[in-house]
Amino acid sequence: MRRALTLLGLAAVPVLVLAVFFVLPVSGMLARGFWPDGRFDPGAVLEVLTRPRVHRVLWFTIWSAGLATAVSVVLGLPAAYALHRLALPLRRTIRAALLVPFVLPTVVVGVAFRQLLGEAGPLGFLGLDGTPVAIVGALAFFNVAVVIRSVGASWESLDPRPGEAAAALGASPAQVFRTVTLPALRPSIVSAASVVFLFCATSFGVVLTLGGLRYSSVETEIYLLTTNLLDLQAAAALSIVQLVAVTALLVVAGRLRRVPDPSLARVVARPRRVRPGDAAPVVATVLLLVVVALPVVSLVVGSLRQGDRWTLDHYRALAGRGADEALLQPASDALLLSLRTAVDATWMSLVLGTLVAVVVSRRSRGRAERRLRGVLDGFFMLPLGVSAVTLGFGFLITLGRPPLELRDSALLVPVAQALVALPLVVRTLAPVLASVDERQRQAAASLGAGPLRAALTVDLPVVWRPLLAAAGFAFAVSLGEFGATSFLARDERLTLPVAIYRLIGHPGAANYGMALAASVVLAATTAVVMLAVERLRVPSLGAF
Amino acid sequence: MRRTHASITVLGLALAATTAGCSLGGGGDDEGAGKAEQVVLVTHESFALPDEVVAQFEEESGYDLVLRASGDAGALTNKLVLTKDDPTGDAAFGVDNTFASRALDEGVFDTAEAELPAGADRFALDGDGADRLVPVDNANVCINVDTTWFAEQGVEPPATLEDLTRKQYADQLVLPGAATSSPGLAFLLTTVAAFGDDWPSYWRDLVANGAKLTEGWSDAYQVDFTQGGGGGDRPIVLSYDSSPAFTIADDGTTTTAALLDTCFTQVEYAGVLAGAENPEGARELVQFLTGPEVQAALPTSMYVFPVSSEVELPAEWAEFAVQPDDPWSVDPAEISANRDAWLREWSDVTSR
Amino acid sequence: MLGVDHVDVDYDGVPAVVDVSLDLPDGLVLAVLGPSGSGKSTLLRAIAGLEPVRSGRVTWDGADLAGTPTHKRGFALMFQDGQLFQHLTVARNVAYPLRLRRARDTATRVAELLELVGLSGYGDRLPATLSGGERQRVALARSLAVEPRLLLLDEPLSALDAGLRERLAGDLSRILRAAGTTALMVTHDHEEAFAVADRIAVMRDGRLVQHGDIDAVWRAPVDAATALFLGYASVLEGGAAARVLAAAGLPAAPGSAVAVRRSALALAERGPLAATVVSARATPEQVRLVVDVVGAGALDAVAPLDHPAAPGQEVHLVVDRTRLAVLPGAAREDLSLD
Repeated sequence: MRRALTLLGLAAVPVLVLAVFFVLPVSGMLARGFWPDGRFDPGAVLEVLTRPRVHRVLWFTIWSAGLATAVSVVLGLPAAYALHRLALPLRRTIRAALLVPFVLPTVVVGVAFRQLLGEAGPLGFLGLDGTPVAIVGALAFFNVAVVIRSVGASWESLDPRPGEAAAALGASPAQVFRTVTLPALRPSIVSAASVVFLFCATSFGVVLTLGGLRYSSVETEIYLLTTNLLDLQAAAALSIVQLVAVTALLVVAGRLRRVPDPSLARVVARPRRVRPGDAAPVVATVLLLVVVALPVVSLVVGSLRQGDRWTLDHYRALAGRGADEALLQPASDALLLSLRTAVDATWMSLVLGTLVAVVVSRRSRGRAERRLRGVLDGFFMLPLGVSAVTLGFGFLITLGRPPLELRDSALLVPVAQALVALPLVVRTLAPVLASVDERQRQAAASLGAGPLRAALTVDLPVVWRPLLAAAGFAFAVSLGEFGATSFLARDERLTLPVAIYRLIGHPGAANYGMALAASVVLAATTAVVMLAVERLRVPSLGAF
Repeated sequence: MRRTHASITVLGLALAATTAGCSLGGGGDDEGAGKAEQVVLVTHESFALPDEVVAQFEEESGYDLVLRASGDAGALTNKLVLTKDDPTGDAAFGVDNTFASRALDEGVFDTAEAELPAGADRFALDGDGADRLVPVDNANVCINVDTTWFAEQGVEPPATLEDLTRKQYADQLVLPGAATSSPGLAFLLTTVAAFGDDWPSYWRDLVANGAKLTEGWSDAYQVDFTQGGGGGDRPIVLSYDSSPAFTIADDGTTTTAALLDTCFTQVEYAGVLAGAENPEGARELVQFLTGPEVQAALPTSMYVFPVSSEVELPAEWAEFAVQPDDPWSVDPAEISANRDAWLREWSDVTSR
Repeated sequence: MLGVDHVDVDYDGVPAVVDVSLDLPDGLVLAVLGPSGSGKSTLLRAIAGLEPVRSGRVTWDGADLAGTPTHKRGFALMFQDGQLFQHLTVARNVAYPLRLRRARDTATRVAELLELVGLSGYGDRLPATLSGGERQRVALARSLAVEPRLLLLDEPLSALDAGLRERLAGDLSRILRAAGTTALMVTHDHEEAFAVADRIAVMRDGRLVQHGDIDAVWRAPVDAATALFLGYASVLEGGAAARVLAAAGLPAAPGSAVAVRRSALALAERGPLAATVVSARATPEQVRLVVDVVGAGALDAVAPLDHPAAPGQEVHLVVDRTRLAVLPGAAREDLSLD
């Protein structure tokens, strides 16, 4: 009984925050769809699902996300192996670098990809611009890091001996991989793949920017239905489909996520020297690095060009407001505001994430308790799978009246960003906390330590490093967050991603160059944070 | 190991420092300085005014001007509709003539009681909307061509809508989509005005001739247009009549031109929100937006023409931004009745 | 026949195996015995092809194996904890090497193998449901499935508890001989080595210190450390050594040391050694004594259960010469079992 109360007490704050800032706004928007004129009319919502266009949209979402997931896994596996099992030079730096796309704002990535693939770009001859190939490629670009981190973390702690036993029994390296390594990695691969699928299926900017409007996914369709057609019934129908699908995926991922057995120490295999037989994964990793670097390089090059000459003018311009005063504040102020917002989002997601991680990672007594923890775990992952438009509009219509008059609060943007970062924080901390042997806490308690003291003695030494890493990760994610931020009401001050969006949206080559320079600054800031975080060596970081 | 420690310390210190000094809570936002003394303007992402102009309004009216800017014109209108019982501000700017009817039909705006500057009458709405939505600026959405490119190729640039479907201009046009961008929607309305019920077949021809669709204006102009910042390779783009004023070469002439037979006029309005906390402040603000200071600042701040004929245009604008005499137009009531159907049909014609 | 010829192996850049040479004729079982860190496991991994050999050669029937990867050597490797594939049933585990070779009629062969290791009827169970001993038997069956030309065993019994270990050691010896398998077993437990092997190789600090038939090594340890590692209770030298040798009726060699097993000194009424009992402790088999032997100091001794001796009691002892080993050269003084 006391355990249940403690559990509820710890969960209360995050649950309340999520209820106010997520459940309430989203259900507010759904209600507008189901009660169009104050009358409950579910038939109209269901009717939407019979539209041929909706079928096309659903089908495109499923196959593009599925294909992008497959590509991410195929590209990610060799890199996961090379970067986590082999003693490659600079492998930590490479790991950090590969995580940068994941936290870059979609605006920046969209521009970078179009610079590269556009008809006049260096890869324009491929004719990929505006094709599903470009969409799938960009989605994989964003998400391959998730596969590398998740699978790499379990590959790193994979006992090499079953593989050696198989080799000694006559299995060739390929057979060892197929019959021993792959089955052992399957839970982490499927778990990572389901999360990647989730990210791909709900991605918004990439499909709009790179699809040339020829393709619509569920997420872009919700955006169009809400912001343009104001067809809230159709938007509600698609949101429901999205929520159901996301919940199903989270259940699958949760089932497969390996619960680390705390009685077994996590053994991290020492990376071994590169042998000639490793050529294939190493070459694949280098190629992946090149593919990931290309769009970024095209950004950097673009930011240094003015007409036909090289220049730093675009960077100098960042101290000002752009040509024709495209911005109300200098871009440097936008960076400062971004940093301040990210600080707030970071502490919020850390406080909430730590509470959630503690709640979901403690050993359960009995089925009901375990199930309750599972439900809570999934609940806090839900923000990953809901359209930012729905959330942004939901804020407007549900948080306008006392006692929840929050829609104009300066903290709304950090709160929204914290919700985006929350699942990542939880997924970084929960495995670490779960790996602490409960008997350690019991030992501390038997020596006279209260629960708090026991946590300080037992959990803190294990968790402070992941906590710091999660903070850095949340910081970087919030720095690059664009979707939710752009839909929230703001005063005249802009975060850097939104400022970049505005700069691109104004005519004049100078503003465009300045937007590229700002993107490079943003990417560099993110990369520095990720590098610092990578030095903390937390394997669960960025893994699902 | 030592290096790891050092970097952890640095990271920790950086975090501590930023948390202490840089949180939004720590910044000096004196929003609690009395609600009645501020006036809140709800607007779209592209809104911009020089600091001096804002300062002048605050000084003259005694109100603090607070901005709530997000999304584009469509998102702005829909937000206003969704929050009409509980508006997020006192005044709104940025609802345009393609969305005006929806906002008016939903009763979003109260009467503004504003006096229009000289020359603004021609942009005013008919009927009930006239005293609620006040025209502030206008711009014409026109097909632009890269004149230097066509000169180099020795080809005559296109001039009319029909030209765009001709083989000789195949794969040369790039334009933002109607469903995702407001100039895109304006161009759809252009074709509706020009071709009537046959507009879908025109679009089919356009797409068949290799027209490229992008999400927004910036993608089309900056990335794909030959004179955009990204140096694309399509010499025909959908943009504004003012755009040639921004592509002035070193020799002082512009490298692009707007095709004046392909234009559709977009007018942006301001209005007082029904249920505003500070309706007086809102009315003062709307009046100020049509006043000489704002009107004069519009071209450089927001790249649009003032509705007032009294203010002087910047030199480049006067020289290179040529406005059409007789742009295409569609009755706002007809837009209101058909916009959604048109957009759906447009999406079906253009997407696969 | 396995040949190891002047092999050096580095582990993490540190020499782990230094200049080791040995042969293993077909059909014999060799135990490589050594304390942890002696390099014995590294040697086994090098023979399996899992660690690169820095210099020297590993050969089979005279052919160098340097270019042959692990899976083509035709050896089988069995780990301390079996390393069964957790996602496969017992039968699928045993059939694994057979399937790799696309063997026919795997079911019959699997049944035979399971019977050989005494696990008939376990085919459909998952490894997680087995006890430690059962798992090792399955691992053994799996290793024997394709009749490897050499079976490599890495501490095959050390994860098991004492009683089980003794029983399984006997089984292992029987099964290996029944199958006629050539095997190389690495262990730190001399009892295990004696129970299973025909030959023994003792390693210390990466070097091979002694190598030969099990009896020969056992009777004549090459030095004090080896003697202690092979289970001798203590090593005496100088006057004490001379006194014990004399009591055993053996000639004293000046400067030589003698290794003494615990049971070498036994209580006897007319024994040649006079001593005082320091302590006595009864075990199920015998009474273990510590005695102070006149002229030789404190030594271990045993007494039958029906002749208990109390501390302080004056007793006489006989020496069993088969439980002594005279060591060549001088022994170091600071050696002890721990």
